[in-house]
Amino acid sequence: MSDIIQVQNVYKSYWRDSIEIPVLHNITLNIEHGEFLALMGPSGSGKTTLLNLISGIDKPSKGELLINGTDISKLGESALAKWRSSNIGFVFQFYNLIPVLTAYENVELPLLLTKLSKAERRQHVETALNIVGLSDRMDHYPKQLSGGQEQRVAIARAIVTDPIILVADEPTGDLDKNSAGEILVLMERLNKEFNKTILMVTHDPHAASKAHIVRHLEKGDLIQETV
Amino acid sequence: MKILKLIFKNTLRHKLRSLLTVFGIAIAVIAFGLLRTVVTAWYQGVEAASADRLIVRQAVSFIFPLPYAYLEKIKQVPGVKEVTFANWFGGIYKDRSNFFARLGVDADTYFKVYSEFVVPKDELDTFKKERNSCIIGADIAKKYNLKLGDVMTLEGDIYPGSWEFIVRGIYTPKFKSTDATQMLFQWSYIDERMKQEMPGREGDVGWYVVQINDASKSAIISQQIDALFKNSPAETKTETESAFQQGFIQASSAIITSMNFISFVIIGIIMLVLGNTMIMAARERTREYAVLKTLGFGEKHLAGIIMGESLLISILGGGLGLLMTYPIVEGFSQFIPKGMFPVFEVEPITAILAVSAALFIGIAAAIFPIQRALHTKIVEGFRFVG
Repeated sequence: MSDIIQVQNVYKSYWRDSIEIPVLHNITLNIEHGEFLALMGPSGSGKTTLLNLISGIDKPSKGELLINGTDISKLGESALAKWRSSNIGFVFQFYNLIPVLTAYENVELPLLLTKLSKAERRQHVETALNIVGLSDRMDHYPKQLSGGQEQRVAIARAIVTDPIILVADEPTGDLDKNSAGEILVLMERLNKEFNKTILMVTHDPHAASKAHIVRHLEKGDLIQETV
Repeated sequence: MKILKLIFKNTLRHKLRSLLTVFGIAIAVIAFGLLRTVVTAWYQGVEAASADRLIVRQAVSFIFPLPYAYLEKIKQVPGVKEVTFANWFGGIYKDRSNFFARLGVDADTYFKVYSEFVVPKDELDTFKKERNSCIIGADIAKKYNLKLGDVMTLEGDIYPGSWEFIVRGIYTPKFKSTDATQMLFQWSYIDERMKQEMPGREGDVGWYVVQINDASKSAIISQQIDALFKNSPAETKTETESAFQQGFIQASSAIITSMNFISFVIIGIIMLVLGNTMIMAARERTREYAVLKTLGFGEKHLAGIIMGESLLISILGGGLGLLMTYPIVEGFSQFIPKGMFPVFEVEPITAILAVSAALFIGIAAAIFPIQRALHTKIVEGFRFVG
């Protein structure tokens, strides 16, 4: 299978006043289409930074990021925003749903950037909510849902545009064991049934065990590969 | 769901805060509208001035009279169509607070020159025949419940004594800007009594009103009139009616300037209030904006969402304020002396200015939060703790 994610010698640092703080050192990582990869490592190791770079919400200081055939390190802000909307689905630790919108409206948000008609949008939203098992809660607001349900709405929002890659930053980090289990089952299903390439950052070894590949980051270096 | 729905829902997120801001803007628009109405009412006399009328007054000051004998000389100036004159009477009608203009005028010519004072022909004929008759504006008749045949007694101050006038006519204004609060009576009635009671004050005219054939020649005719009386004991100053009215306003220019200034200060204050609301709202939603950016929403979308909310609040406040301005100005007009501002109502320009100010506030208040939202990187947005 071809590599859908190619990270070549990526270096990332942040500046605090005049002090440069390196976060990632010459990272090279290739992920094939349809893979489920877990990134593990202690806090501050650069997991989320690497995830942000691959998903195009941050830019590398050096190096090349070839994602689904596009070198995103060379894209401008607006082109990158457009690229993200059609290529990447995001799942966050704290769900990040818009509290004034219903589950339906939250899932519909990414589709507002497409040229789909209202009826087509409805079909997509209902399908996504159906996949995550929340078709009966579409009119509920986030505060009327449990944490697990909120995360499932967030996953529906992530897949509603049918992106090729899903990135998940600690998707079970804020959930109880049962809810976390449901989310992991759902992610496995998205990977197996819908052939989504999944890149998941986690601290949880149980969550990581669901992935095909586990990579460890430590102090900005990719240190180990487990298959 | 459309972006508009998100804007609407965002506006209602903190109902009390949005409601207080809307009311704040409404009150500011009312205050702005009221102050602008006072200012425009002040300038109403200037706007009502006719371009083909000149005012001839004493060069030293308006309060000094001119000789009646000037009448015939002014009439001879080329380009003059008609000449009339008037005298400020002053006096008190029932109570000192009942303020309206009381003028002694030339019965034969005054209503020809001031054709915007519409008097029924039979009433005007009667007025001309009876020396102690008067014609009053429709607003005065309404306010004091006066009708034809009623007697109005004035207690004179400039012209001492008790003066009785019989209402023989009620004029109606031809235009909205025409002053319908004047009391006009025959100058000759005052003059005759002055002859008897205060010799030496007869033959005094307050000012002449000169109607000219061609308004474009007002400057040259003014010069010609003033040249007639150069080096006489009562030199004249001739100017257009508009300039004459402007001269009155100049005396109150400090008050008007203050009102103008305050009206715009109010706009500034409420801009800060809405700005504060929008900054708080945008700050609270830093993480949400990061989410929207992550999902692919661009700068235009974010700017639209923030600007839309700001404009929605300002338009609601501006609209509410404007709606309330009309009855409030109407109510306010009941408490000011009728003669002080003959026309006291919300002018279209005031309404346009108020709505424009509300829109300006909405746009200006959104600029800083938009800048902040656009310049905050997604990664920083996710790290933000409000």
